[in-house]
Amino acid sequence: MADQSLIFARGLVKRFGDFTAVDGIDLDVAPGEAFGFLGPNGAGKSSTMRMIGCVSRPTAGQLRILGMDPVRDGTRIRARLGVCPQLDNLDPDLSVRENLTTYARYFGVSRAEARTRADELLEFVQLSDRANGKVEPLSGGMKRRLTIARAMVNDPDLVLLDEPTTGLDPQARHLVWERLFRLKQRGTTLVLTTHYMDEAEQLCDRLVVMDGGKIVAEGSPRSLIQNYSTAEVVELRFADGLDSNAQYAAKLDGIGERVDPLPDRVLLYADDGDEAVAEVHRRGLTPASVLVRRSTLEDVFLHLTGRTLVD
Amino acid sequence: MMTTESTPVTRAADPPRLRPVVAIVERYLTLYRRLWQASVFSSFILPILFLVSIGIGVGGYVGSVEGVDYLSWIVPGVLVSTAFQICVGESTYPVLGDFKWVRAYHAMRAAPVSPKDIVHGHLIYMIFRVELAIAAFLLVVVFFDGLHSPWALATVPICALLTAAVVTPVAAFAASIESDSYFALLFRFVVIPATLFSGVFFPVEQLPAAIRPVAYASPVWHAVELSRAATLGRAPGWPILVHVGYLLLWAVVGLIAARRVFARRLED
Ligand SMILES: Nc1ncnc2c1ncn2[C@@H]1O[C@H](COP(=O)(O)OP(=O)(O)O)[C@@H](O)[C@H]1O
Ligand SMILES: [Mg+2]
Repeated sequence: MADQSLIFARGLVKRFGDFTAVDGIDLDVAPGEAFGFLGPNGAGKSSTMRMIGCVSRPTAGQLRILGMDPVRDGTRIRARLGVCPQLDNLDPDLSVRENLTTYARYFGVSRAEARTRADELLEFVQLSDRANGKVEPLSGGMKRRLTIARAMVNDPDLVLLDEPTTGLDPQARHLVWERLFRLKQRGTTLVLTTHYMDEAEQLCDRLVVMDGGKIVAEGSPRSLIQNYSTAEVVELRFADGLDSNAQYAAKLDGIGERVDPLPDRVLLYADDGDEAVAEVHRRGLTPASVLVRRSTLEDVFLHLTGRTLVD
Repeated sequence: MMTTESTPVTRAADPPRLRPVVAIVERYLTLYRRLWQASVFSSFILPILFLVSIGIGVGGYVGSVEGVDYLSWIVPGVLVSTAFQICVGESTYPVLGDFKWVRAYHAMRAAPVSPKDIVHGHLIYMIFRVELAIAAFLLVVVFFDGLHSPWALATVPICALLTAAVVTPVAAFAASIESDSYFALLFRFVVIPATLFSGVFFPVEQLPAAIRPVAYASPVWHAVELSRAATLGRAPGWPILVHVGYLLLWAVVGLIAARRVFARRLED
């Protein structure tokens, strides 16, 4: 198993001084997989990605990338990675195309090939019409797509995307997702981090839920929901909510599999949401609003950590 | 529609170490091709204006210095101080910026480029920049009759050496700070004294004996001494090897420091 894994980690730790950012995690990412790290800010996702990207030295534990040792073979590994970092680091004074051709040269791609490659990739991320323009006026989504294109200039075996759509508006996010989905369909191995549960659900074959530097659960989005949540969730809001949600939760006890009082609403976990709502009414409770929805990874995270993903 | 499979990228299996350095230099040259106009004034027109106003204007009052007309005397001074200004200018804000705001060095680091490659690439580009400026300057000075010996060509390697002696420690400094306000200290306490007291505009013998060591400590003075000897075609006051050795010392120590600081900042 370890031999075929593109990423293999056992007990991987990253400390900054006394602070432990990554606290002993195990990973196995197979070729062709779309693998995700789902977790809130500060969970240790970027620290993990930077170790995988061979720009940050593990403090302890075992790590092998593409079968090699990141400390000894860092340069050789990075030659086969594509990295889209959390913070854009495009060259603002270079043109859009020059950003790609210049970067391709770092990988030893010939000048002629870099130009062909740049044009193909600009086509792929739908930025061909901006090729000769500057980077500065590009929108956030366009910059992100350009950074993703840049991560592809060396035809990488493994693409690392750290929060590819954070800060983008919904439309821009969908464009990025659509491009990443195409990469995935082509069999490119993608590893991404996100604190958006919908992003993880859409793009990841398998993911780990990370919190406080630890992996708290692992599986496909579906199996995680199956294992840690119910098929449906009922969201109840009471007119006099806020302080009294805990009291309502007590009155709701026994409905569905679990009751979770949050500051602004009470969640009822049940496989049949409508049946649960009927029972709420039978108990004489009159919530101001009732919403029955499918369970999401957000619910999984809430269940595992007691906190929400995005604050 | 493009497919990633259509153009498989050919990569050298095990890259020779020179390749990433060349790629870094190319990145700087591409940037320079876009931004060179902005530097023409400070690295070419301004030094010429200086030469005309001070060399000819002030020179009319000063007469001759150390047996030559004042213009001929300050040509090597202005030449070296121009090189020095370019070195400092391109190793302060641009270097801190590529760490902090642009994060271009982080982008390079994610590719198969090492911190050493980045330092070397920047230095090679800086030598190119400085040589371009001094070549243009020398060409103009020929028409002012400011060069008195074919040895003037030696200013080319002298300025390359000065560049290595200045760029590396300044880049190391820029890479070690978090805020650009430290540059104000550098300019006030290092760059300005190094320009004023390094024999650019007047012989250091004019300085009070107490301040003279400032000149001797400054790489600028050593480069000015060598350049002046070259353009005037006479032997410098101190042995050439001492001047060259001192500049080399700065270059070597600076290079070691820059490699370390760049590596530390890119590795966390
Ligand atoms: N270079 C660093 N020095 C000190 N602490 C750091 C450093 N990088 C990250 N951290 C800390 O480690 C924790 C995890 O950070 P990070 O890996 O960026 O999390 P995430 O990407 O999941 O938001 C945070 O508390 C962060 O403040
Ligand atoms: Mg992060």
